[in-house]
Amino acid sequence: MEQNLLLTYLLFTPIIGSVLVLFIKQEQKNLIRWFGVLIASVAFVISLIVYFNFDASKSEFQFIHQIVWIQSLNVSYYIGVDGISLLLVLLTTFLTPLTLLSTWSSIENNLKMFTFSILFLEAGMLGVFLSLDIFLFYVFWEAMLIPMYFIIGIWGGERRIYASIKFFIFTMAGSLLMLVAIIWLAVYASQLTGKFTTNLIELYKIAPTITQQIQGWMFGAFFLSFAIKVPLFPLHTWLPDAHVEAPTAGSVILAGVLLKMGTYGLVRYCLPLFPQSAVQFAPLISVLAVIGIIYGALVSMVQTDMKKLVAYSSVSHLGFVVLGTFAMTIESVQGAVIQMVNHGLSTGALFLLVGVIYERTHRRDIAYYGGIAKIVPVYSTALLIASLSSIGLPGLNGFIGEFLILLGSFKSQVLDNWWYTVFAASGVIFAAVYLLWMYQRIVFGVVKNPDLKNHLTDFNKRELIVLIPIFVFIVWIGIYPSTFLNLTEAASQSILNHVSSFTFDFLK
Amino acid sequence: MTESLLLNLSLLILFLPLLGFTVVLFLGKKFPKLYLFEVGIITTAFLLSVFVLFAKLSYFTAQDIGSSFTWISMSAAPLLGNINIELGIKIDNITAIMLFVVNLISFLVHVFSIEYMHGDKRYTRYFSYLGIFTFSMLGIVLTDNLLMMYIFWELVGLSSYLLIGHWFEKKSAADAAKKAFIVNRIGDIGMFIGILILFTHYKTFSFDIIFQQLSLGNIPFNSEVWLTAAGILVFMGAVGKSAQFPLHVWLPDAMEGPTPVSALIHAATMVAAGVYLVTRIFVMLTADAMLVIAVIGAFTSLVAATIALTQNDIKKVLAYSTVSQLGYMIMSLGVGAYAFAFFHLVTHAFFKACLFLGSGSVIHAMHHEQDIRNMGGLRKKLPITYFTFLISTIAISGVPLTSGFLSKDGILAGTLAFGKLTGHWLIPIMGFTVAMLTAFYMFRLVILTFHSEPRDHHKFEHAHESPFVMAAPLVILAVLSIFIWYTPNPFAPDAGWFMKDWVKTPASVVPVETQFDFMNPSSSGNHSELHREIVHSPLYTEAMHWAHYPAMALSIFLAGMGILVAYLMYQWKKINADKLAEKIKVLYNFSLNKWFLDEVYDATAISGTTNFSKFLSWFDNTIIDGAVNGTAWLGRFFSKLSDMFDTYIVDGFVNFSAFFSGFIGLSFKRLQTGKVQTYIVFVVFAVIILLLFFKPF
Repeated sequence: MEQNLLLTYLLFTPIIGSVLVLFIKQEQKNLIRWFGVLIASVAFVISLIVYFNFDASKSEFQFIHQIVWIQSLNVSYYIGVDGISLLLVLLTTFLTPLTLLSTWSSIENNLKMFTFSILFLEAGMLGVFLSLDIFLFYVFWEAMLIPMYFIIGIWGGERRIYASIKFFIFTMAGSLLMLVAIIWLAVYASQLTGKFTTNLIELYKIAPTITQQIQGWMFGAFFLSFAIKVPLFPLHTWLPDAHVEAPTAGSVILAGVLLKMGTYGLVRYCLPLFPQSAVQFAPLISVLAVIGIIYGALVSMVQTDMKKLVAYSSVSHLGFVVLGTFAMTIESVQGAVIQMVNHGLSTGALFLLVGVIYERTHRRDIAYYGGIAKIVPVYSTALLIASLSSIGLPGLNGFIGEFLILLGSFKSQVLDNWWYTVFAASGVIFAAVYLLWMYQRIVFGVVKNPDLKNHLTDFNKRELIVLIPIFVFIVWIGIYPSTFLNLTEAASQSILNHVSSFTFDFLK
Repeated sequence: MTESLLLNLSLLILFLPLLGFTVVLFLGKKFPKLYLFEVGIITTAFLLSVFVLFAKLSYFTAQDIGSSFTWISMSAAPLLGNINIELGIKIDNITAIMLFVVNLISFLVHVFSIEYMHGDKRYTRYFSYLGIFTFSMLGIVLTDNLLMMYIFWELVGLSSYLLIGHWFEKKSAADAAKKAFIVNRIGDIGMFIGILILFTHYKTFSFDIIFQQLSLGNIPFNSEVWLTAAGILVFMGAVGKSAQFPLHVWLPDAMEGPTPVSALIHAATMVAAGVYLVTRIFVMLTADAMLVIAVIGAFTSLVAATIALTQNDIKKVLAYSTVSQLGYMIMSLGVGAYAFAFFHLVTHAFFKACLFLGSGSVIHAMHHEQDIRNMGGLRKKLPITYFTFLISTIAISGVPLTSGFLSKDGILAGTLAFGKLTGHWLIPIMGFTVAMLTAFYMFRLVILTFHSEPRDHHKFEHAHESPFVMAAPLVILAVLSIFIWYTPNPFAPDAGWFMKDWVKTPASVVPVETQFDFMNPSSSGNHSELHREIVHSPLYTEAMHWAHYPAMALSIFLAGMGILVAYLMYQWKKINADKLAEKIKVLYNFSLNKWFLDEVYDATAISGTTNFSKFLSWFDNTIIDGAVNGTAWLGRFFSKLSDMFDTYIVDGFVNFSAFFSGFIGLSFKRLQTGKVQTYIVFVVFAVIILLLFFKPF
C-alpha cells in the first residue's frame, strides 16, 4: 500500500508544538500565545491540504500511513481518513486555533501549561479520528483525558476539582470495558486466523462473525464507553459539571470536538464491528436517545446558569445524533454526521458567547442579565444567530442535521416505528422554548443591573475574528450542505452497506 | 414574453428583499438613510410583480411555469435507491396573484412606516426586518414543494418573532414574540411530520409529483388513514400560522408589534399563509380531513368573533376579527368552496390591511392611545382615516357593493351547500352567526372610535390627520375594497374575471371513495390529468346555485341586524351596553377574558411543562447524579474499609508478628543475665531434664 506521510505531519504538528512550547519562558506570554495559535493554524492548513487532495467519491481510507509498532502483538501505527473522519478532523483543526485565540486575555495563570494542554489535547483528538488500529485508537482515547483533566482542574471554576475528577473517572471507567473487549477481539482474531491483530480493517471482516451472544457483550462494552462520552441519557451527569467548571476554551473543545469522539466511535466501531448487535439493540438505544432529546431539553429549560443550560442542550442535541446513527438509513446517518459538526459549531459558538460576557462580568447566572441588547447590540445579534442555529431554524446549519435525521429515522427499517420521530420532533419545540426564553431574559427588556452598563462592552476585534468564521460555516451548512454531505456520503454509504451485508434478514 | 423571463423575474422578486435585508441590516447603523434603499427595493419588487401578474394572466393563463434544482442528493442508498431533495419555484395563477398582493401590501406598509416609525430607535433595523419578512413570505408563495414551504414557513416565523419583538424593552412585547414563535412551532411540527409521511412514501417533496401519484391511486402506505393523517398534519402548520383554534392565542398578543407590522404580517399576508398552504394541498384532502378543517375553521371564527365583541383595545378587536376571518377562509376550504376561500384571502388582505393601517393612523394621531373607550369623535379630526376605515368596515361586514360582500357571500353559500349535501348544518349556522357578530363588533369599533363625542378631550385636541405617506396607502387599500375590481356584477362574484378566469378549483386527486361525493365529478373517471378545469361535481354546483340567493339574503339581513344593533347600542344609545353587560355578566366576562384560554393553557400545558422540567432537573441532580456520587461514595467507603483492613488486619498481622517476635525476644532476654553461676544452674537443670527424659540408664 502506498504510504502517505501527510496525516502523520498533521498528527505530530500539535505534539511537537506542545513540546516546543515548554521551552518558551513563562514570562513571554504573548510569544506563547502566538506560538500556540501558529501551531494550531499550521495543523489546520495541513488538514485543508488533506481535504483538497481527498477523493470524496471513494469510500476507502485514504492518506494511509502504517508502521509496525509492537511486533509481537501485531500492533501498528496505522492511520488514514475517510470522509467522516476527515470532516471531524477538519472540525478539530478549525476549532482549536479559534479556541486558543478566544482565551487570549482570560488565561494568565500558567499559560505555558495551558497552551501545552490544548495542543496535546488536539493531538489526542486527531489521533482518535485518524487511528485505524484499534489499539492505537485506545491509546489516543485515553491520552486525551489527561490534558482535559488539567484544563478543567487547573483553570476551571470553583468546583473544578470535583468536576475534573468526575469527568476523568466517569469516562475512564467506561473505557476499561472497551479495553477488555479490544483484547478479546484481538485474541478472537488470532484464534480465527492464527494471527493476533488489532487492525481495524481486518477486524471489520472478523468481528461480525462472532456468535450473537458474545457479540452482544462486545458491543455493549464498546457502546458503554462511547455512550458515556456522547453522553447518552442517563450517563450524562459528568457533562454539566465539566462544562460549568471548565474555562471557556475547555467548554468549547469539550462540546465542539470531545463529545464527537463518542458519536464517532458509534459510527466507526459499534456499527461496523458488531452489525448484528447494533441492529438488535437499535430500538433500545434509540429510545434512550429520544428520552435524552426531550429530557435534556426539559431540564435545560429550568436552568439558571447559562453554561449549564447550554450543557443540557448538548444532551438533547446529541440525542439526535445517536438516533440518526442507529436509524441506519443514509439520510439519518448523513444527518448524524453533519449534526456532529453542527453541534460543534453552534454549541461551540454559544459557549464562546457565554465566555465573552463572563469574561467581562464574571457572572453566568441568567437572572443577573437583562436588557443587554441596548448595551451590546452586535453581541445580541450574534447570540440570536447562534441560538437560532441551535434551535434548528431553516437557513442555518442545525436544521439540516435535524431534518435529515428525522427524515431518515421516520422511514428507518431498523427502527420500524415512526413514534421515535414524532417524539424526537417535539424536542425541536422545546429547543425553541429554552433558548428563546434564555435569550429573552438575557437580551430583551430594560437594563436590569446598572453594573452591566459599566462592564459590558461589545466584541473586540479578536473576538470577532474568532466568531466570524464559525458563523460563516453556520450559514454555509444551512444554505448549501452538499459541500459537506458529499464529503461524507461515500463513507456513510459504505458503513451502511457493510452493516446491511451482515444483517440482511433484519433489513429485509 | 418567454417562460424563462417570467421565472427570472420571479426569482428577482424573491431575492430583492433579501438583498434589502442584508444591506440595511449590516450598513443601516452607519448610513441611516439606507431605509430608503429598502423602500426602493420593495417598490421595484412590487412593480415587477405587477408585470408578472399581468404577463402570467394574459400570456400563460392556463399554463404553469416552474423550475427546480437539486439541493441535496444521496445516491444509491442501500435498498432505498437515490434520494434527491429538490428546491424549486412554480408560478400558477394563484402564485401570481399572491405575489402581487404580498408585494403591494408590503410596499404600502413600507411607505406607511416611513412616517409611522419616524424617530424610532431602531428605524433602519425595522426596515431590514420588513425585508426579510417579505423575502420569506414570497418564498412560501413561490415554492413548488413542501420542503421549501416548510423552510420559508419557519423563516416567516422568525421574521414575525423579530418584528413583534421590535420594542423588546417592553416585557409584553418580548413575551409575545416568544409566544408567537413557540406556538407556531407546535403547529409546524405537525406539518413537518405530515411532510415526512408524504416524503417517505413518494420520495419527493414536489406538490405536482405527489398529486400525480395520488391521482394514480398511489396513496401513502396503501392506507386511507395515512392519507387523511398526512392531510390533517400538514394542515396543522396552517393551524399555527393562520391562528386557528386551539393555537390562535399568539395572534392577539402579537399586536405588541408596531402597527404597520400588524397590518402586513398579522393581518394580510403571513397569517394568510396557512390558508395558502391549504389551497396548495387542497386536492389531496380526504373527506375526513376536509371535515376536520371545516369544523376547526368554523369554530375558530365563532370563538374569535365572540371575543371581539367586548375588546376595548382597537388593535385587539382587529386581531380577533382577523382570527375570525381566517377561520372563515379555512372553513371555506373545508367545505370545498376553494375559490371563495382564496378570493376572501385576497379581499380580506386589502380591507384588513386598510383597517390596521387605519388603526395605526388613529394611534399615531392619539399619541399611542389604543383604548377605544378614550377615543370618540375622531371623524372630524381624521377624515381620510375615517372614510377609509369605514369603507373597509363595510367591506368586512359584508355589505353589498364591497369586495367583502362578494367573497363572504360565496363562503356562506358554500357552507350552506355543504350543509345541504352532507347534513352538517352546524357549520353554516356558525358561519352565519359570525357574519352577524362581525358586522356588530366592527361597527361598534367605528362608532366608538370615530362617532359621537370625544371622551378624552386632551388627546382629542392634539389629534391630527396623518400626512400623505400614511394617508395614501389607506386610500389605495380602501379603493381596492370596492367590488368593481373583481367583478362587473356586485351580486355575482363568479361572473368576474377573478373567479371565472383566474382562480379555478382543482379537482381532488384522492381516491373516489375517500372524497365527499360532491367533490367527485361524476361525469368521468379521468383522474390522471392534473389541474383540470372542472370546478366541482354537478351536485355541488347545483347546491351552490341553490344556496346562492338564500345565503345572500340571509347574510345581508344578518349584517344589517348586526349594524343596527351596534347603532342602537353605541350611536343612539337606545340599549345601554353597560347594563346589558351587567345582565349577562358571566357571558360578558367569558368573552372579555377570551374564553379564559390563556389561563387554561397557563394552568395546564405551560405550568405542567415547567413543573415537569423542574421535577426532571431535581431528578437529574438528586437521582442520576446521586447515583454517580453514590457510586463514588461507595468507592470511597470500600477504600476506607480496605484502608482499615490494611491498617488493622494486614498491617496488624505484620506488626503483630513483629511484636510477637519482640515479645519472645524480650522474654528470653531476661535469661541472659551474664552471670556464670546462673548459666551453670541452667546447664545442670538441662542435664537433669535430658537425663530424665531419655533415660539412658
